Amino acid sequence: MSASNPSKGVPLVEMRDISIQFGGVKAVDGVTIDLHPGEVVGLLGHNGAGKSTLIKILSGAYQANSGDILINGEKVDIRSPRDAKALGIETIYQTLALADNIDAPGNLFLGRELMTPYGTLDDDAMERATRDVMGRLNPNFRKIKEPVKNLSGGQRQSVAIARALHFNAKILIMDEPTAALGPQETRQVAELIKQLKKEGIGIFLISHDLHDVFDLSDRVSVMKNGKLVGTCNTSDVTKDEVLGMIILGKLPGEQSRQELESMH
Amino acid sequence: MTTAVETPGAARPQGARGLIDALEIDTRLLAMAAALVVIWVGLDLLTGGIFLTARNLWNLSVQTSVVGIMATGMVLVIVARHIDLSVGSVLGFVGMAMAVLQVEILPIGTSWNWLLSLVLGLVLGAAIGAFQGWWVAYRAVPAFIVTLGGLLIFRGLAWWITEGRTVAPMDPNFQLLGGGLDGSIGEFWSWVVGVLFIAAVVIKAFRTRQRRNRYNFPVRPLWAEALVLVVSVAVIVGFVQVMNSYYRPRTQIPQGIPIPVLILIVVAVGMSALTKVTKFGRYVFAIGGNPEAAELGGINVRKVTVMIFVMMGVLSAIAGAIQTARLNAGLNSTGSLLELSVIAAAVIGGTSLSGGVGTIAGAILGALIMQSLQSGMILLNISTPMQPVVIGLVLISAVWLDTVYQRRRR
Ligand SMILES: Nc1ncnc2c1ncn2[C@@H]1O[C@H](COP(=O)(O)OP(=O)(O)O)[C@@H](O)[C@H]1O
Ligand SMILES: [Mg+2]
Repeated sequence: MSASNPSKGVPLVEMRDISIQFGGVKAVDGVTIDLHPGEVVGLLGHNGAGKSTLIKILSGAYQANSGDILINGEKVDIRSPRDAKALGIETIYQTLALADNIDAPGNLFLGRELMTPYGTLDDDAMERATRDVMGRLNPNFRKIKEPVKNLSGGQRQSVAIARALHFNAKILIMDEPTAALGPQETRQVAELIKQLKKEGIGIFLISHDLHDVFDLSDRVSVMKNGKLVGTCNTSDVTKDEVLGMIILGKLPGEQSRQELESMH
Repeated sequence: MTTAVETPGAARPQGARGLIDALEIDTRLLAMAAALVVIWVGLDLLTGGIFLTARNLWNLSVQTSVVGIMATGMVLVIVARHIDLSVGSVLGFVGMAMAVLQVEILPIGTSWNWLLSLVLGLVLGAAIGAFQGWWVAYRAVPAFIVTLGGLLIFRGLAWWITEGRTVAPMDPNFQLLGGGLDGSIGEFWSWVVGVLFIAAVVIKAFRTRQRRNRYNFPVRPLWAEALVLVVSVAVIVGFVQVMNSYYRPRTQIPQGIPIPVLILIVVAVGMSALTKVTKFGRYVFAIGGNPEAAELGGINVRKVTVMIFVMMGVLSAIAGAIQTARLNAGLNSTGSLLELSVIAAAVIGGTSLSGGVGTIAGAILGALIMQSLQSGMILLNISTPMQPVVIGLVLISAVWLDTVYQRRRR
């Protein structure tokens, strides 16, 4: 079942036939996915399936060995994280990518510091902006001036999310964004995703856990061993069928009843 | 998206902890300053009052300048998770090159001879730094290896330039850099420097407060602000007073701040500003904290790495000029083993060898502590072979204490 796209028109992002290898290992092998404005696409697969590697190609951390990336239908060349950000692509990395010895404003603006007219760091402006965005995201957050290593897992996560939000992303990549969060915080992230979706932002939501993603996603793309198993509208499939895609690496139509039952 | 960790308006902790929190001073720096005071008082008692004389402190400040200047650069190198073992050799080689330029190549007796040889020396230091930084950043050879190579290369070259010959004497103007007989700025200018510093400290405190108030950010309590200011002013006045209490031999004319110490002060202020208010400084710390995060943030890690080594090369060249001027000669052995003092100063000063943590002020305190011990041991007639033994033990204990302290804080 190849998914008929719910959104019409030109996709916000298209990654076509992307491949990358590390040494002899094909971490991503001929994967094609796309994303429309205001759409959430869940990217699923076991650990090691190649999800993080695929989205790191979009965020500029890696360069694909082959394949094309199109933004609004135009081919783009993303050679560095800077290029990706210039295209409105913001990423919350699985590792969060925070410098532990630096405070929240320093991390939020890392590589995009605000400067005074004298060419020095404008720490006040950065602190103010951080207080603003953190105030919306996590009103209890007080440790603005402390190195982020002193923050809890959830607080660190909110700094990473704040960084993506502050710069008005058009395309948001969230790689296992709730990995370090408790149930309440996870619900807050879900709320946030719904709100961003309403604002027309396209979101790639990556997880190894189907339950984190299924209800939030318009479509799911499943990867296994670096290859794309397939993409489905969540309204057309059951959780079990998606689970079958993750575990068996087969599309719902190809899964036998016997195989499905053996998963449980 | 977390539950409250701090209640708004939570009471600050009481006691010493509360005091330090209110003052917002780096506890590590405070501990180091306390250690320095203890060492000074201890040495003064042991030496029967010789240690804390103007004469000894003045000499101590001159002796600290060379290691202190290089230690400020070593902080950046170590913060970025590298090391530079070549600084002693670079100092020696560049010092020798400046001596040769001045005495054997450029015309002697011209007014610009010393200045040109100095500038060329700094350029040479920068080039050496760029060379080593390039190997580290673009060829991914560990800094330990590149600069170990540098240690051998530049010591060899220092010898090779003159085939081991000593080159002397230096230009009289150049000699001033070493802080010799005439190499101090005198009473009046020392006070000018002191007053400028006091003004800068007060204005900065005032401005910061004003700005933070405007943005409605939390500020220090007024009494804490005042206490910090009073202590800062007292330290500045005390320093100038001591420098002015040491007279030129057989006169009542105060020496004032020695030129190498003035250079150290300028370098320290400059490097401090670099780490705190520039993108470059921020990036050095980010790279040290998490190189991957720095890269993903779009920072050009390689370029920053080369710049760190260039800076270290220039600082080594400045130190080379001072040392050569002090010795009034270019010798091929100048600066041997100095890399170890420089690294020790940075580490005693709280720079973490695992990267990401370190301050310029700490490194200077570290250099001062090292030099105080060295000078105290000479005054105490501790035998030459035992002096490095003591320094070595101090280094190990200092780092151990710091580890214990860091663990207790968690
Ligand atoms: N920088 C790298 N160098 C070598 N191998 C890598 C690198 N990054 C990822 N891989 C490999 O690529 C595969 C996919 O990893 P990853 O994309 O992290 O999977 P996922 O995010 O789906 O759990 C794994 O086998 C991993 O070991
Ligand atoms: Mg992953």
